[in-house]
Amino acid sequence: MEYETVIGLEVHTQLKTKSKIFCGCSTTFGAPPNSHTCPVCLGMPGVLPVLNREVVTCAIKLGLATRCTVNRSSRWARKNYFYPDLPKAYQISQYEAPICEHGYVEADLESGETRRIGLTRIHMEEDAGKNVHGAADDDHSYVDLNRAGVPLLEIVSEPDIRSSEEATAYLKRLRSIVRYLGISDGNMEEGSFRCDANVSIRPMGSDTFGTRAEVKNLNSFRHVAHAIDYEARRQARLLAQGKEVVQETRLWNTAEGKTYSMRSKEEAHDYRYFPDPDLVPLEISEQWIEAVRATLPELPADKEQRFVVEYGLPPQDAATLVASHHLADYFETVAGAVKEAKRAANWVLGELLAVLNKLGISVEESPVEAAALAALIRLIEEETISGKIAKSVFEKMVATGKAPAAIVEEEGLVQVADPEALRPIIQQVFDDNPTQLAQYQAGKTKLMGFFVGQTMRATGGKANPALVNKLLREMLPEPTAPADGG
Amino acid sequence: MAADSDLARLTLHEARDRVTAGEVTSAELTEACVARIEEVEGSVHAFAHRTTDEALAQAAARDAARPDPLPPLWGLPIAVKDNICTQGLPTTCGSKLLANFRPVYDSFVARRLEEAGAVILGKANMDEFAMGSSCENSALGPTHNPHDLERVPGGSSGGSAAAVAADECLAALGSDTGGSIRQPACFCGVVGLKPTYGRVSRNGLVAFASSLDQIGPLTKDARDAALLLGVIAGHDPDDSTSACQPVPNYEAALEAEVAGLTIGIPKEYFGGGLDPAVEEAVRAAIATYESLGATTVEVSLPHTEQAVATYYLVATAEASSNLGRFDGIRYGVRQEGKDLLDVYKRTREEGFGAEVKRRIMLGTFALSAGYYDAYYGKAMAVRTLIRNDFDAAFGQCDLLLTPTAPTPPFRLGEKLDDPLTMYLSDIFTIAVSLAGLPAVSFPTGTTAAGLPLGAQLIGRHFDEARLLAMVHAFEATGQGRPLPAL
Repeated sequence: MEYETVIGLEVHTQLKTKSKIFCGCSTTFGAPPNSHTCPVCLGMPGVLPVLNREVVTCAIKLGLATRCTVNRSSRWARKNYFYPDLPKAYQISQYEAPICEHGYVEADLESGETRRIGLTRIHMEEDAGKNVHGAADDDHSYVDLNRAGVPLLEIVSEPDIRSSEEATAYLKRLRSIVRYLGISDGNMEEGSFRCDANVSIRPMGSDTFGTRAEVKNLNSFRHVAHAIDYEARRQARLLAQGKEVVQETRLWNTAEGKTYSMRSKEEAHDYRYFPDPDLVPLEISEQWIEAVRATLPELPADKEQRFVVEYGLPPQDAATLVASHHLADYFETVAGAVKEAKRAANWVLGELLAVLNKLGISVEESPVEAAALAALIRLIEEETISGKIAKSVFEKMVATGKAPAAIVEEEGLVQVADPEALRPIIQQVFDDNPTQLAQYQAGKTKLMGFFVGQTMRATGGKANPALVNKLLREMLPEPTAPADGG
Repeated sequence: MAADSDLARLTLHEARDRVTAGEVTSAELTEACVARIEEVEGSVHAFAHRTTDEALAQAAARDAARPDPLPPLWGLPIAVKDNICTQGLPTTCGSKLLANFRPVYDSFVARRLEEAGAVILGKANMDEFAMGSSCENSALGPTHNPHDLERVPGGSSGGSAAAVAADECLAALGSDTGGSIRQPACFCGVVGLKPTYGRVSRNGLVAFASSLDQIGPLTKDARDAALLLGVIAGHDPDDSTSACQPVPNYEAALEAEVAGLTIGIPKEYFGGGLDPAVEEAVRAAIATYESLGATTVEVSLPHTEQAVATYYLVATAEASSNLGRFDGIRYGVRQEGKDLLDVYKRTREEGFGAEVKRRIMLGTFALSAGYYDAYYGKAMAVRTLIRNDFDAAFGQCDLLLTPTAPTPPFRLGEKLDDPLTMYLSDIFTIAVSLAGLPAVSFPTGTTAAGLPLGAQLIGRHFDEARLLAMVHAFEATGQGRPLPAL
């Protein structure tokens, strides 16, 4: 039987507020263990939480950006369970009345198609600390509570996702949004953007849901995709064997590329959620919502649309550029300083991204600033250098950080665009290659490329290719036979 | 030295007046209390921890400093219930689990006491985690009623009430969740005020039931309560449930007229099970107020019967969550175990007493999946009905007068094996807590055997000033607190 995979994702994104959600401790990552703690986030007896309003502002931002309803009144709830990294033995979260509900995210697929994924809810909560287990010769475990109380938003999608590709596209778009909003680093590997996947399958065409497994420990987009594909196969195999899928929590094992059962439905925690009596219901005024709305930046979907219209970019290029607002800004700086936006896009998506990927750095850390890339492109547009030379100039810009004009001058790379200088060179190429010349004349016009190449080589790549083409057409003998390439 | 004991018998305001006038020093007052403690503590056991050396040093420092104007409690020795965090001083909540615990921070009220210049004599004994009505549930052993050492002082603030009654301190702070200030005040023949929920910050009060807990004064008379409440009341930005209400001058308001007020007498509070001596004393108090020009009207609080059940769901549910943090990981007495779960189990098995365990189990059950709606959910709904009862009653009267406890103080051990009967000793105080209203218990004489009797006045939200004026007017008729024969 053919099955359809049904996926819902739960994303936890860590907010970049200066202080924790319920106390004044710093949220800075990487400090010595337990140095960013106070009686409140240590869960000392008698302490009380005081809400950091900035967290609410972040939640409103994301709610508005994902077309959610921002609830004017929401409640805090306690999620009770015992674990050493959870100092109060409960996590302050939201349960029955979350801050945002009923939104959506539009994700671009490889095919160019756009999928709208519904959001059930977005709620605020505090992060737990971290258990650190001692090395081989140390049988102790340690608790670092620096992270305890760092604010999180949990974003729960509807079971609208149908493939690992859609899941990845959704996650990438959601990450772009939180980064555009400046509310989170959105870094999966560092844990500031975490994802659990609820996966089930059902016969193609069915409209009832199958039994789902919740998969945890997914630390990269790739793991999410692999785990979903694995789960879909595993569940299909079970059904094919006449077995049933059981509702359970499973852990993704990266090394083996498999999921393993962590706990069954029967073993699931009863979190005994109830409204937190230490916090009053959160009332959000219309003014607050509107004030936040006024600060919203242009979001990826809008920017993508604008790039297509304003710069005439293909949707796929626009989508790649807007994935990071830093990259989009970079592109716009370049595009604004050159004649052809399309050329700017090609350079950013081609040469620049290749270098950034090779160096493993982000566009903010690019060794070539947008203005410098624009200057390089202008040299092409002004026909000072050829596109080919420009690529080598770009490499030198990456290596030395020098301005393109300086490199062109130092290395004598200025394009030869003077017909009178090129004609003798072309003539020399003809003289050096009589056989090819004869073949051309005999009708093998494909050899045009050969002569372009030879001429470019003779000029050290500095000849203006368009001009070379033009001069060659003038100077090459008229072919006698039809141009069939022979 | 006779003079010493006499000083300990002073009320808080008498001592304040003498310190202000320069007639007595803090050292003399503190030494007098210490001498009295030496004299009677062996039989009363009101203190969980005495801080004699610190208190004497603090008293000397107060005498040396004497700022102008003199802060309201300058140099006055006070006892603080052992669930109120005092930096560096033991705060054990009467629990074995916290036997070694010294908070790293001061509660809001401890800071207020310090700013007001008070001297902390020690931490008052209490039922473990404020769970109990007899002070017998203390890991440090029971407190005895100074009026009859064979009887309980009430609870859970039994140590605070007994210390004040026995003149071991000039006044004390207690906490009240379902009657834990009022009932022991009644049993020990002192004034005990539970403020409106939110009137006094809970910051630093080790939580039992967060939506009910309030800190309040236990004092020798109404003026002392006014003085002490004035120091501890007020908004605290670190407690989200603390009220942004101005704090009146409670002492100045003591002289307000009783004449013209309407006192509601809830008929449900005078049914079967009420001890005749208690009823007689309350009827006498009603007559006294009528003689002072108040009128009385019978009112109805129809959901009174549901109050105890409601309370034991709400309070235990919150307690089951609040007490989760006592896991032996970060502070408190840890029992080692074979694995993490074993550490938790042994720590809590060894550390908590029977009543605390009983309530944790009750509350855990009330919040469990599948039972939440029937228990906690229903209790919250009934809580609203109970509040509405009071709102309706206050449409007919300015305040309510009821018994504080159904019986005079009972014997030690009498109800220890019968928790349900024990729970019913809070039957008249519990509804008030659920409604968040202020209420005061004040002495109304004694039984023929010399056991203290008391009555409870219940006010509208934030009407503490009127309650204290009422008690003050009652005292002015010559009916002060009974003195123990110790």
